[in-house]
Amino acid sequence: MYETYEPDLRASALHLAYDDRPVVTGLDVAVPPGKVTAIVGANACGKSTLLRALARLLAPRQGAVTLDGLALRSIPTRELARRLGILPQSPVAPEGLTVIDLVTRGRSPHQTWWRQWSAADEAAVRGALEATGITDLAERAVDELSGGQRQRAWIAMAVAQGTPVLLLDEPTTYLDLAHQVDVLDLITDLNRREGRTVVMVLHDLNQAARYADHVIAMKAGRVVAEGPPDQVITAATVEEVFDLRCQVTTDPVSGTPLIIPIGRHHHAVR
Amino acid sequence: MTYFRLAVPPISGVFRPRMLALCLLLAAAAFLAFCSVVAVGDYPITLPEVVQALAGVGDPGTLLIVRELRLPRALAGLLVGLAFGVSGALFQTMARNPMASPDVIGLTQGSGTAVVAAITLGWTGGLSVQAIGLLGGLATALLVYALAWKRGTTGYRIILVGIGVSWICTSATDWLIARGGLFQAQAAVGWLVGSLNGRDWNAVLPLALACAVLLPCALLLGRQLRTLQLGDDVAAGLGTRVQLVRFGVLLAGVGLIAFGTAAGGPIAFVALAAPQIAQRLAGAAWPPALASGLTGALVVLAADLTGARLIPNMELPVGIVTGVLGAPVLLWLLIRANRAGSGG
Repeated sequence: MYETYEPDLRASALHLAYDDRPVVTGLDVAVPPGKVTAIVGANACGKSTLLRALARLLAPRQGAVTLDGLALRSIPTRELARRLGILPQSPVAPEGLTVIDLVTRGRSPHQTWWRQWSAADEAAVRGALEATGITDLAERAVDELSGGQRQRAWIAMAVAQGTPVLLLDEPTTYLDLAHQVDVLDLITDLNRREGRTVVMVLHDLNQAARYADHVIAMKAGRVVAEGPPDQVITAATVEEVFDLRCQVTTDPVSGTPLIIPIGRHHHAVR
Repeated sequence: MTYFRLAVPPISGVFRPRMLALCLLLAAAAFLAFCSVVAVGDYPITLPEVVQALAGVGDPGTLLIVRELRLPRALAGLLVGLAFGVSGALFQTMARNPMASPDVIGLTQGSGTAVVAAITLGWTGGLSVQAIGLLGGLATALLVYALAWKRGTTGYRIILVGIGVSWICTSATDWLIARGGLFQAQAAVGWLVGSLNGRDWNAVLPLALACAVLLPCALLLGRQLRTLQLGDDVAAGLGTRVQLVRFGVLLAGVGLIAFGTAAGGPIAFVALAAPQIAQRLAGAAWPPALASGLTGALVVLAADLTGARLIPNMELPVGIVTGVLGAPVLLWLLIRANRAGSGG
């Protein structure tokens, strides 16, 4: 669906700060088009801040984020919202808002005051509900759903927005393991079936290794390593980024790197 | 919720049968209350005569009474209710919190302080009470917005700062009344409870003009709030210019509340309760702006009617009746919110 367009989203010499506290200093990244990119790093390393800057939720202090060569701040807001979608971490829906109402709001950047509900809007909303498997929940209130269903509803809203680029901030937070896998599988579907470029912040390195084509490892506002999971996720990088000694083996299911932390009370057998 | 396409491409829309039915019902009820307010008084007029007189038909005496005496009062009630209801809906939707009503975050209290200061200190500067109330409301809104500003504003900060400002205004008003003379204090309190008594065309016209401009703006901005309800980041991601929309909503909402307060006084609870009642009647997850306005109009007109008729030979100001009706609604809201765990 989106394969024909190769979005070029990149940050160059990027400095980000909250008030006087610098978070990201002199960072360069390019998001590979058509791939799933995971941004990993310890708490407060600036990974969510970087994602917010890629989505224009945070203005750069220096440097720029560009999409197809244009600085994000020079692209009209609605135009940008038709090309790039962002799902923040743990969003909250108003009490009683139904799933269909939420998903329909994803179409806002495509609507005008005279065109409120076009055939394209209807098709996109229906498609998003089907892709996320929540068609049956359409009339239910979002706040009454289970955590996994609720996250699917929010992803459906972002899917209905119909953007070639999808940014997700820790989409698996607060979900149990089964629902984490479920959401990550769904994101993989969106990438493989529809050709969407996905960038997500992930906490779990093993999930990043398994589900991402490209991993960006950050520490203290800088990129430490970047590339395919089997090159980035090594014992040396994990020790540098997380300050954690570990062994890296091969995931018997996916063949991707699998991290086994060592800790103080155990030691490696080999 | 049912969606239909009104498809004459490229024009399309969504309409909710329940919302449409509710708005028609509320409009009919408000019209009935409006005609009843015109009908009651020392010189009784029947409802059919009222409708005829509104269309310009009837004997000269009835026409004169309707046009010059009764109509301004009924119109003031209708427009004040509309303005308060719509303004309350905008604020509550924007802040995602029913407590964000203009009468909680200090705007009506600011109008009150300005008017009481003018009455007790005699500083009218040649301005009418209406104009002073309007300026007081606008100044308070600016103060709340400026104090709540910190790299943009959030709904939550506006509520907290607004409650603080509201108490400052209330204290200032109390102090002014306490140090004022008995006659001045009585006049000030009379204005503070909110009354439609003796409203003439001079009080109604500025409000009517303000409503003609601000109500369409408010209803259009209400659409933008649909994304803002999902949180600032989600709204920005959906292409909403968050700070611009929030500023526009504040401007329209403050204008409506300030002109409304100027015409009718700070009529209690309407801006808080009308949107909440409308939301529940519509079965919606947010206060619908138009239905909130119609509910506000119905509540104010019904309260005025009740106040005028409840006790023989004594007219209760409309603000007292809406307070008596509105307080239980507020309590019910708070109890319900606490049970749902979102009282915060």
